[in-house]
Amino acid sequence: MISRNPQLNAEGKLTHLLTLEGLPASVIADILDTAHPFVSVGEREVKKVPLLRGKAIFNLFFENSTRTRTTFEIAAKRLSADVINLNIGVSSTSKGETLLDTVDNLVAMNADMFVVRHSQSGAPHLIAAHLNRTGRAHVHVVNAGDGRHAHPTQGLLDLFTIRHYKKDFRRLTVAIVGDVLHSRVARSLIHGLTTLGTPEVRAIGPKTLLPTAVQSLGVRVYHDMREGLAGCDVVVMLRLQSERMRGALLPSPGEYFKHYGLTVEKLAMAKPDAIVMHPGPMNRGIEIDSAVADGDRSVILPQVTFGIAVRMAVMSILAGG
Amino acid sequence: MKFEIRGGRVIDPKNRVDRVATLYIAAGKVAAIGDAPSGWTANRTIDAKGLVVCPGLVDLSARLREPGFEYKATLESEMEAAVAGGVTTLACPPDTDPPLDEPGLVEMLKHRARLLNQAHVFPVGALTVGLKGDELTEMGELAEAGCVAFSQAESALTDTGVLLRAMQYAATFGHRVWLRPQDAHLARGGVAHDGEVASRLGLPAIPSAAETIALATIFALVRAIGVRVHVCRLSTAEGVALVRAAKKEGLPVTCDVAVHHLHLCDVDIGWFDAQCRLIPPLRGTADRAALRAGLADGTLDLVCSDHTPVDDDGKQLPFGEAEPGATGLELLLPLTLKWAAEDRIPLSDALARITARPAAILGIDAGHLGVGAPADICVFDADAHWKVEPAALRSQGKNTPFLGLEVPGKVRTTMVGGHIVYEG
Repeated sequence: MISRNPQLNAEGKLTHLLTLEGLPASVIADILDTAHPFVSVGEREVKKVPLLRGKAIFNLFFENSTRTRTTFEIAAKRLSADVINLNIGVSSTSKGETLLDTVDNLVAMNADMFVVRHSQSGAPHLIAAHLNRTGRAHVHVVNAGDGRHAHPTQGLLDLFTIRHYKKDFRRLTVAIVGDVLHSRVARSLIHGLTTLGTPEVRAIGPKTLLPTAVQSLGVRVYHDMREGLAGCDVVVMLRLQSERMRGALLPSPGEYFKHYGLTVEKLAMAKPDAIVMHPGPMNRGIEIDSAVADGDRSVILPQVTFGIAVRMAVMSILAGG
Repeated sequence: MKFEIRGGRVIDPKNRVDRVATLYIAAGKVAAIGDAPSGWTANRTIDAKGLVVCPGLVDLSARLREPGFEYKATLESEMEAAVAGGVTTLACPPDTDPPLDEPGLVEMLKHRARLLNQAHVFPVGALTVGLKGDELTEMGELAEAGCVAFSQAESALTDTGVLLRAMQYAATFGHRVWLRPQDAHLARGGVAHDGEVASRLGLPAIPSAAETIALATIFALVRAIGVRVHVCRLSTAEGVALVRAAKKEGLPVTCDVAVHHLHLCDVDIGWFDAQCRLIPPLRGTADRAALRAGLADGTLDLVCSDHTPVDDDGKQLPFGEAEPGATGLELLLPLTLKWAAEDRIPLSDALARITARPAAILGIDAGHLGVGAPADICVFDADAHWKVEPAALRSQGKNTPFLGLEVPGKVRTTMVGGHIVYEG
């Protein structure tokens, strides 16, 4: 039975990062504060600090993702850790080895941290609970995206970006637009924003792409994008997977863009200084118009830069002395 | 052998008996209650002072995993679990491998069960060949081999035309059809109730409408055909309301609920606890309340264990990939007692839901202690509590959401056909 939040130890210290849900605001703020000086590490001639020298970090990717894996790899290398990339999707589980067998084998190789991506919601929880139960909580788990559930480092980098440009969460209106139903990015960001006291978080999308009980996450629901964007400080666009553009969820990419694609004209509904974010990779002309993506309100590329710093912060807090 | 079960609280819901008395058993049958038959001498006396003496439990859904899944459980292990739980009669669903769609398989299962000489086993035959939902099985042959009803178990019957024909054919020969109501399209890929928990955890969801749509279809067909249908494993408040209306209308339907669903809801999934991966999914607190109320007022006729032994490999997986099901034979009595205590249901009424009522649906002479009835008896201590843990369970399936819980009700003696099959 998994009762206690498995990512905090008995003293309330972070031992794994699995979700932003249930994390105290102070823990989130600590990660963001820790990330701050790491931004400049990437700007140096020698982009390395020795915080995790000698530590072995395994990127356990049960679902392919070059992009996220690369950002974790860069973050770990900048902390001087040894990084081992495993694309499990094409190795051991296809030979019949179970998820926890794989984990046990890698722990036997003295792994210090697993960065886990899995197509099933809750897979990193299963690994963390297994390690906790077997007295190996010193091996840390970072969720790099599980099913539709959570993508906490993406949520944290989004929070870092918002804080960088907007300072105080307690004054903001944030709109999240698109496929919230299938989005672990949206769930993590919503939990982070509500924990940090954001007074209004909005979810904008058609009913087919919003979870049934989305309001219970603490958001206000809009189906009309212009209405939903009115007065917003931050607009977060979600990626629409290509397999969902046509079928029973949506009729066509064209109709989706008409209703929920972010254009200069729709963005005009938001505050004049509103920023535009996207977790990437973008579908230009489907969820976002190029004029907005490349415009002066877009902070999509700074998000990527901050993403490295935030992942360095998470890894150093978990595994650093 | 003549037995005397002395001084217990004899509860026989069907015959409205609830008093401290001595039960006399001879030639495998109940010989008398209260006063000894003339010239009585017992070969053995069982002291039941302070204990409850009731009919052996009748469980309408217990998976024995044979044939095909012997690595998860065997007839030996699960029959032992049954009698340790006071269950003396059980019906097993046809979702074995191969499914119970041929008389030979049914005969073999019945034969194997008979050799073990423990609980009575009543197989439920497959409604369609291979449970594939296309062709009818030889229901006549299967009934002759010992099938008491016909069911699709957890395999969807997506073609309503086939469902109609299957019901018509079953009705022709008076067979009862057991169906778990679930619209296959709405349930596709779902692993949790479509509510706050699934929205939060990002679990693919099954809406309540999957159950109500299927119920509406079933009831419309029952209305047209007149076939007797037993609705299995109801899970939603809306479903309870539909069953209530169908019964009020006079449709020949009965209904059950799995014992897990009386106590748990989707919130118990917590952080993806695979023990709570069940079929149907655990639903909301309002659904649980409606199921409990429906069981109390008779809308739901009975409780079953929905016993499904699952090994650790099947549960040590992410929630959505974990094998659904939980062990239940040894928890049916304790969890029914727990429900009764919490909702102030008289003990006799609670026991009716695991004895006389399921026996009536099987159409067999069991589940009561009338003179001449088969001596299938459960003697238990209603006040003894025990902790659910793997070592305390006889079933080969050790996985249940109730691990770690203290439950009331410890079986002391189980008797089948006048033989003691369990003493604890």
